[in-house]
Amino acid sequence: MARRPERGATPRRRQTRAEARAQRKALRASRRSEAGAGASLLAGPLLYLFRHRQALTAALQRARGAPLHSVLTSAVVGIALALPAAFALTLDNAERVAGDWQDGAAQISLFLDRDAGPQTLREQAEAAAERAGVAGVEPVTPDAALEEFRAGTDFDAALELLDETPLPPVLVVTADRGLDPGAVAELAESLADDPAVVRMRLDQEWVERLHAIMTLAERALWSIGVLLALAVILVIGNTIRLTIESRRHEIEIVKLIGGGNGFVRRPFLYEGLGYGLTGGLLAWMLTELGRWSLAGPAHRLAATYGTEFTLSGLGPTNGLLLLLGGAVLGVLGAWTAVARHLSAIEPR
Amino acid sequence: MIQFDRVSKRYPRAGQDGLRGVSLEIPQGELVFVTGHSGAGKSTLLRLIPRLERPSGGRVVVAGVDVGQLPRRRIPLLRQRVGVTFQDHRLLADRSVFANVALPLEITGVPRREAARRVRAALDKVGLLHKESSRPEALSGGEQQRVGIARAVVNRPPVLLADEPTGNLDPGLSEEIMQLFSSFVSIGTTVLIASHDLELIERLGHRTLTLRQGELVGDRPPREVA
Repeated sequence: MARRPERGATPRRRQTRAEARAQRKALRASRRSEAGAGASLLAGPLLYLFRHRQALTAALQRARGAPLHSVLTSAVVGIALALPAAFALTLDNAERVAGDWQDGAAQISLFLDRDAGPQTLREQAEAAAERAGVAGVEPVTPDAALEEFRAGTDFDAALELLDETPLPPVLVVTADRGLDPGAVAELAESLADDPAVVRMRLDQEWVERLHAIMTLAERALWSIGVLLALAVILVIGNTIRLTIESRRHEIEIVKLIGGGNGFVRRPFLYEGLGYGLTGGLLAWMLTELGRWSLAGPAHRLAATYGTEFTLSGLGPTNGLLLLLGGAVLGVLGAWTAVARHLSAIEPR
Repeated sequence: MIQFDRVSKRYPRAGQDGLRGVSLEIPQGELVFVTGHSGAGKSTLLRLIPRLERPSGGRVVVAGVDVGQLPRRRIPLLRQRVGVTFQDHRLLADRSVFANVALPLEITGVPRREAARRVRAALDKVGLLHKESSRPEALSGGEQQRVGIARAVVNRPPVLLADEPTGNLDPGLSEEIMQLFSSFVSIGTTVLIASHDLELIERLGHRTLTLRQGELVGDRPPREVA
């Protein structure tokens, strides 16, 4: 009893499959006859290019039809992209500055006994220079130090009152650049073990702190970047959704007379791409504008530290990456809208 | 060309039958009128052919293709092969007459120059070549109907459907439009026209199907017109 429907079902399924084959054949045949009659229908890659040019033209026409709308969306996307770009650029510049400082930062100052003469200073310098991990040693005699102190300050009169030089002889040891902070600290400790050394000072903590801050900022940049990328997708998605809504009538008619989903979808994807690209370009321009307006103050700030410093911009590689990022986000945003709303529109 | 095999269409919302067990066959190159009171199922019958509706039962076969079983992504291909005109014209108000007629060619991917040639030929056929750059709303009802016809035939579809093409036109214009449809039969197009203009249908003498409450109650063969 129970098997009877099964038996009945099998041949029927076969039949439908054969039918489907026949149908496909019929449809193909009808297409061929059309191509023969028209003799001008494009095929293969040419048709593909033609379709995309068509969609691009349609998207441009739509943008021209609603210029304010398009400009506003591009502006929002541009600002949303400019924020993380500017943040990244600031961080990049800060890292460059920190990098410059770090070159001379791992310096160990060894203060010798005040009674040590120039001879001892020289001997100590030679001994230190032979140690592993030492890139250079600069002996500073008390007189030289005093000269430097005089040049830098206005204590001439006060210094005249002193009978003898108040400053000790100093060895400024520069550590190898390849040493990590722990190794530098170890080196400093072992150098300080020498009985001739009275005091040691290592300027390193602030470099470590700076790096920790940089890492933190980088992490923050990623979160902000991800959030703003989402914002761009949502903004573009919403704009495309509104465009779809306002073109409901047109989409219905196009589907009515045989426009496939691809034909309907493509112009919207191009619209999203357009918003992404113009937004990316705008973001690039905004960061360059910001750099230009900050260049003067940054230069003056650097001058007070006695260094040369120019703010670096995005450069062509990062600029193109920004455009590419905008484009990808634009298409993604458009896709989210198209996937949700386009198939819901069916001709009545 | 078109076969209906015990086709029924039930509208679950309205709770009434659009069509009940309709079987018919229309060979290629024939002009057939579908007539009946409003609500008799004329529109439903037409809408089943380009799969604007799906039959609830039975089979609709167009050019050897079972329309009801057609997968979604193949529906556009079917609709490209079936030209349709509507009572409310369904034209795009923000495009010129030319662009409206060119739309089906845009969809099938006909190159611009060839498309322009075909659009002008279609507009010439319906006598609106001089209005190609007008907007649809600047045209009269009859002219809009003719733009719709031009759009329906510009792709040279083997099947042409018209839903009340003379719905709100004066008798002179109606006759003109019907003559236009007749002229497509001579190039092998199968034409199906839903209309309740019995007097005009009678005068033209083509095959006429009569529907009443979703059932096919009459199939009058063509009569030689003197």
